[in-house]
Amino acid sequence: MSIIVSNISKSFKKVKALQNISFDVNEGELFGLIGPDGAGKTTLFRVLTTLLIANEGAATVAGFDVLTEYKKIRDNVGYMPGKFSLYQDLTIEENLDFFATIFGTTIEENYDLIKDIYVQIAPFKDRRAGELSGGMKQKLALCCALIHKPKVLFLDEPTTGVDPVSRKEFWDMLKRLQQKGITILVSTPYMDEAALCDRIALIQDGKILEIDTPEAIVKHYPKQIYNVRANNMYQLINSLNDYKYNHSVYPFGEFVHYSDSRIDFNPEELKTYLESKKLLNIEIEKTQATIEDTFMELAK
Amino acid sequence: MNTNKVIQVEGLTKMFGDFAAVNAITFDVEKGEIFGFLGANGAGKTTAMKMLIGISNPTSGKANVAGFDVFKNAEAIKKSIGYMSQKFALYDDLTVKENISFFGGIYGLSRKRIKKKSEILIEELGLEDVANKLVGSLPLGWKQKLSFSVSLLHDPKIVFLDEPTGGVDPITRRQFWEMIYKAAHQGTTVFVTTHYMDEAEYCDRVSIMVNGKIEALDTPKKLKEQFKVDHMNDVFLKLARG
Repeated sequence: MSIIVSNISKSFKKVKALQNISFDVNEGELFGLIGPDGAGKTTLFRVLTTLLIANEGAATVAGFDVLTEYKKIRDNVGYMPGKFSLYQDLTIEENLDFFATIFGTTIEENYDLIKDIYVQIAPFKDRRAGELSGGMKQKLALCCALIHKPKVLFLDEPTTGVDPVSRKEFWDMLKRLQQKGITILVSTPYMDEAALCDRIALIQDGKILEIDTPEAIVKHYPKQIYNVRANNMYQLINSLNDYKYNHSVYPFGEFVHYSDSRIDFNPEELKTYLESKKLLNIEIEKTQATIEDTFMELAK
Repeated sequence: MNTNKVIQVEGLTKMFGDFAAVNAITFDVEKGEIFGFLGANGAGKTTAMKMLIGISNPTSGKANVAGFDVFKNAEAIKKSIGYMSQKFALYDDLTVKENISFFGGIYGLSRKRIKKKSEILIEELGLEDVANKLVGSLPLGWKQKLSFSVSLLHDPKIVFLDEPTGGVDPITRRQFWEMIYKAAHQGTTVFVTTHYMDEAEYCDRVSIMVNGKIEALDTPKKLKEQFKVDHMNDVFLKLARG
């Protein structure tokens, strides 16, 4: 096991940021913490990277205890916080050199690990970090977190606010790092990124809702979901919300995901109801649950 | 001008030195439409939006927003639109009620109207219990919904939303979109940027900016047909990757 978390709780005054959190991450695994802002993701990262002490519970990272062996953990993990935390007044190269030196290594020694990423920002190596675009900052931060060849990499919302193209590139980079044997714990509020992880934990309000592979999690969804479409989205949502047999009604792109509270649900009946609400071009067809459906069902 | 078109843009350009951040973009937005304004980071969306809301002068081109010319009448535009961004929305150190009064005042609403609007809004959002609490103490999702309502306080013709749902949980994100649908249904035009491609599908029409230019503009359905893909995400990847 690369990370073992046992019954960790952490409160800030009245706010219970983490409530009895337990999970394990295997060596070489890409594990995702999926949840919205305020779920407790950052607090958990700070506990595991020894920057914060939990009120209760225990945790080990790379075999070391977060309380008694915190110095060893710091040598063995890389941490990319959600907020850009490099030195704005130093250039790309100076930042990287600085972090290498702190960890008693050099850029050359571990260049192999960061090469793929660093070549993309190397043309700007003399530019100050404060003057870089979001995507370049993100790449530099990842290089700095990797320069001492950590066993475990912690990435706190690396793709928040990043466009879909850069997000895809970032996940491709993570997959390559995973192939080099690095264990990765990554958090994200984007549910579509969950599918890219080996296993995920869905987290909300300081509690873990479920832990499993993305495929298994969607299979656990308790209902049949239907894609419903009609000529007017706003009226469709209102009508479905008013329908007394609904179990869930959530807009999903061009459709509304609908599930019914009855066991013997007949889509034709729903169609008749929607027609009575003056909706046109009604389509109702079965579809698969997504991670987001599962998350919303569990968070209800 | 065509009265159904609340935004008309023709060859709008913004230069920073030799660099064309926005390069001759042309498009229209109709009354009551939900218009998605997409693009990669750095494609020029924010710069374009700043010109449309009257806080940045275009280098060249034409733009008419809510019936006013962006060159001659930027101040009038500001009064006719609402704006909400993820970064700045409300004052954390003011209570819910204080924020509403403050923004109502800024938009020039009478005290009586502010009081009435405030009551309606707090009831609609179910914020009765926290009306006198500091906004900073509210969960992000509540703040975003309140912030959207505040941007509509003065019944603007158009509301500009800059990544309004970033980081918000999926249920609240959908409630937020239901509010957007409602506003559009009541005739308010919604101009929205987002990085969630499922949200792009909620829009009536979507434009995608690449390197300062609008490279695609149509309904999500037609864009998917045009690029022969099943999801807007793939449309975006195809375009922005070139």
